[in-house]
This record gives sequence, C-alpha cells and structure tokens, in this order.
Amino acid sequence: MSASAVPATARWRPAIAARRRRGRTFLWLCYAATAFGILSLAVLLGDVLVKGAPGLSWDFVTGFPSRLASRSGVLAALVGTFYVALIVVAVAFPVGIGTAVWLEEYARPGALRRILQTNIGNLAGVPSIIYGMLGLAVFVRALALQRSLIAGGLTIAILVLPVVIISSQEALRAVPVSLRHASLALGATRWETLRHHVLPAAAPGILTGTILALSRAVGEAAPIILISSIAFIAFLPDGLLDQFTILPIQIFIWTSKPQEEFHAIAASAIVVLLALLLTLNAAAIVLRDRARRSARW
Amino acid sequence: MVTIAAPEAARRAPDEAALTSVFEIEGLSAWYGPAQALADITFDVPKNRVTAIIGPSGCGKSTLIRCLDRMNDLIHGFRVAGAVRYHGDDILAPSTDPVALRRQIGMVFQKPNPFPKSIYDNVAFGPRVNGYTGDLREVVEDALRRAALWDEVKDKLDTSGLALSGGQQQRLCIARALAVEPDVLLMDEPCSALDPIATYRIEELITDLARDYSIVIVTHNMQQASRVSDHTAFLLAGEERTGRLVEFGRTRELFTTPRDQRTEAYITGRFG
Repeated sequence: MSASAVPATARWRPAIAARRRRGRTFLWLCYAATAFGILSLAVLLGDVLVKGAPGLSWDFVTGFPSRLASRSGVLAALVGTFYVALIVVAVAFPVGIGTAVWLEEYARPGALRRILQTNIGNLAGVPSIIYGMLGLAVFVRALALQRSLIAGGLTIAILVLPVVIISSQEALRAVPVSLRHASLALGATRWETLRHHVLPAAAPGILTGTILALSRAVGEAAPIILISSIAFIAFLPDGLLDQFTILPIQIFIWTSKPQEEFHAIAASAIVVLLALLLTLNAAAIVLRDRARRSARW
Repeated sequence: MVTIAAPEAARRAPDEAALTSVFEIEGLSAWYGPAQALADITFDVPKNRVTAIIGPSGCGKSTLIRCLDRMNDLIHGFRVAGAVRYHGDDILAPSTDPVALRRQIGMVFQKPNPFPKSIYDNVAFGPRVNGYTGDLREVVEDALRRAALWDEVKDKLDTSGLALSGGQQQRLCIARALAVEPDVLLMDEPCSALDPIATYRIEELITDLARDYSIVIVTHNMQQASRVSDHTAFLLAGEERTGRLVEFGRTRELFTTPRDQRTEAYITGRFG
C-alpha cells in the first residue's frame, strides 16, 4: 500500500533513449519540411532557367512586344512594373507608416482602435482580385482615370497597404517602452520621442516589412488584369495617365498564346521578373542593415 | 518640544518645519481603471535632501513617484485625485504642461535604459531638445563628471551607451538626467538590476548629488533607504492593493524608533 514499500528506483522510468529518439524524429521531420520547400523551389527555378535562358538577351530586355516571339521584348512591361512600384512606394509607404504610427503611438485603446485593427487584419487577407475590382470601380470608372498607370499603381498601393500597416505596427511595438519613457522623462515631446528614438529604432523592421510587401506587389497580376487593357502595349508610358502593362501581365499574355515560342519567352520574362524581385530584396537587406547600424543596439 | 499629539502632526519629524519642501503631497489618491492604487497620501518632500519611499511590492511606491513627474499620464485609465504642489503649483492640474515639468524633474528608471546611441548623444539629447544654446561638449562632460562616469568613458564617448556595464549604464542614465540641469531627481528602484558593487557606487553618488538636488528614491531595500536617505516614507497596501502612508519621518528616527508597529514589523523583517 505505502509507496515506500516499492524501492525508490522502481518509481522512476527515465527512458532517456526513447526521449532522445522522439527529439531526433522531430528534427528529421524539420529537415524533411525544409528539404521539401527548397527542392520544389530549386525545381521551379531550374525549369524556368532552362526554358528561359536561351531567350534572354539585351534585345529581349530592351525590346517591345511583337507578333513574332523572336522579336519580342519586355521593355514596356519592365518599365511599367518599375513605375507601378514607384507609385506604391510614394503612396502606400507614407500612408501605411503614418497609419501604423497613429494606431500604435497615439490612438487610445478602445472600440475605434479595435474595429480598425480587426478590419486592417481582414483586409490583408482579401484576395487581390477584389482589389482589382475596387480599383476598376473607383479609380478607372468613378475617378475617370481610365486604364492608366496611376489607376494601376493606386490599386496595388491599396492592396499592400494593410501589410505595410501591420508590419510597421509590429516594428513599432518591438521598440521597448523604456526607450519612450527615457525620452519623455527628459522633457522631450511625443513627436521628438518618435522622431529621435522610436522611428529610428523601428526603421529596420519597418523597411524589411514594407519592402517585402513591395516585392509581393510587383509580382501581382490578378488586380492589374482588371485594370490594364491587356492589349498589345508597344510604347513606354510618358505620364501617369498613359496606358501601361507590367511583367506578370506580359507573362500571362505570352503563356496563354498557343505558339510554343511564346511560352519560351514567357519563361525568359519570368527570369527577368525574378531578377527584379531579388534586386528589391537585396535592397531591403542593405537598407535594413544600414538602419540597424545607425541605431547602436 | 513637540507636545501636540494630533495624528497629522505626529506623522512629521520635530524639526521638519525648518526645512523648505520641494513637493507638498496632499490627499493624493490614484486609480488604474477601477483599482485604487494609492489612498490619501500626505507628506512633504524636503528640498535638497534624499527622501526614500519604502514598502513591500505592490504598495504603490512606483505609482507615487510617477505622480511627481506625471509619467502616469502615459497609462490609459490612470486617474488621480488630491494635490501635489511643486514650488507652490499643483502639478496635477490640467493646466500644468508635463513636458515643461519633466524638464525640471529628472527621472532614473528601474532598469538602465540608455538610448541605442553613442554615450555622447545619450547625454546631449536632453539639452538639445530643450533648446540649450551653450557649449554642448561642456554640458556632456559636466553631467558625466557629476555622475562619476567621466573618467571611465572620456576616451570612448562615441561608443554605444549599451556597450557599457549595467552599473555604468545606470550612471549614464543619471548623467543624462542631470544634463538638463533639473531641480529634482526621481529614482525608481535604480539599483534593483545592479550587482552590489555597482549598487554601492550609485549609493555613493546619490549621497554626493543630494548637496545640489532634491532626490526621491523608491527602494524595496531597507538597508539602502537607511544608508542613503534623510527622510523615509513607509507605504503599505492591504488585501485590496491600495497603498497608504503608514509613517513618514526622519530616516534615523523611523528606523530606530518607529511610531507605528507596522513600520517596526516591516523594518525588522517580520513581514513584507
């Protein structure tokens, strides 16, 4: 009956070997998951490179689309993509970061902030085609911007806005409260505290989040399908109200053609798009590291 | 000498009237939402002396010290009643600008919190935002000297404040607070994150600074209160977590001949 009747060692079953085995099993599952991701990416990349590399040339990058696959180029789409990205940076970043600062630093907790927060979270999960419809209704039709560069840029800006807001909020929230207190206790105003301490400390996080949002935006085709006229665009946009096309649309057009040659140059265009995305991500890393160095954690 | 036995007078040390006070705290109560954290605190903080606020965890020491520079304003749902007069003006009045107030009343926090910037910029920030027009280098050196840190950092003013040891960081925070030439220095458990040697140096520094500044220090360490302070306020909270002032008086008297038996029980370590 009493526990002391059993020898002390019999009441313990350490089974260390079995516990170690469970740990190793988990580790192997993690390896497998990582390998799965990397392998599928490698296969995709390899496939695109094999198909697209032969079509890559300076003429391809600097040429306009043509009825002949061999004479087609991506210049119009590349420049269009670049301009759309510029509009996104000019619109979504200030608006998104401003919203995040207000929500995190100024808004009093309460119903209003909760409602806004929930809706921003929901908007981040809305399918991008819905944003395309919004852009079509508001920018193209209601504001009569037609199927223009600015209509497309604004649509994409609104598409990435929730992501920019949320990632900026997270970066601001990661700044320790003690830093704000230190500044306020010295007689600094709220704005001075933000300007000199909170924003510089949050900058690396804000930059990383927003530039990743931008590179996602650059790869979006769905909303632009509704906005840009999927027509043949063989010129560069001169102004904000000009027609435009972007790389994902150009790729979409070429892959939906029946001729094999166009499928090959679609792969080449994908390589161009990937190069653009990698450049953007590299820029994000450089900017982040620079911002990190200026704050001496 | 003192013959009046009224409770109000009994709480004060005999020669208190001779000292001018920097803060007159009167009937101060505070709430976080519905929870009352302080009830009816009344005592005067004397000028150019070190005043310690002691008491067990959760007795409202930090809430009280944060009322003195309106840092509680930052907490949503915080409410306060009563008065805290600073040189005669009620700092709790809505017309008091907390920014102007905090420039006069410096604060050092529990955990050292230097800015992630150079040592120089840490100290220079306060004078810069407050529109100091003189020689910044001079102010920085002077503040670091007063905080007994100059000799250790004079050759590396450009390195990050966060590269210093914990005790040095806390002295940097003290230098930063001194650089705006405040009138009062509030210290909220400034040594609780430091080792005994760093603690000793900060205590030494507090004693030195008391010549020029009025200092209020919150501490849960009674030895520390008895070592560094001239006056002590002892706070205690009951089950409902509302802090009340049990006793205020000269530190020596409060520790040797406490008037309240709860004070005696606390300082002899019988509860806490």
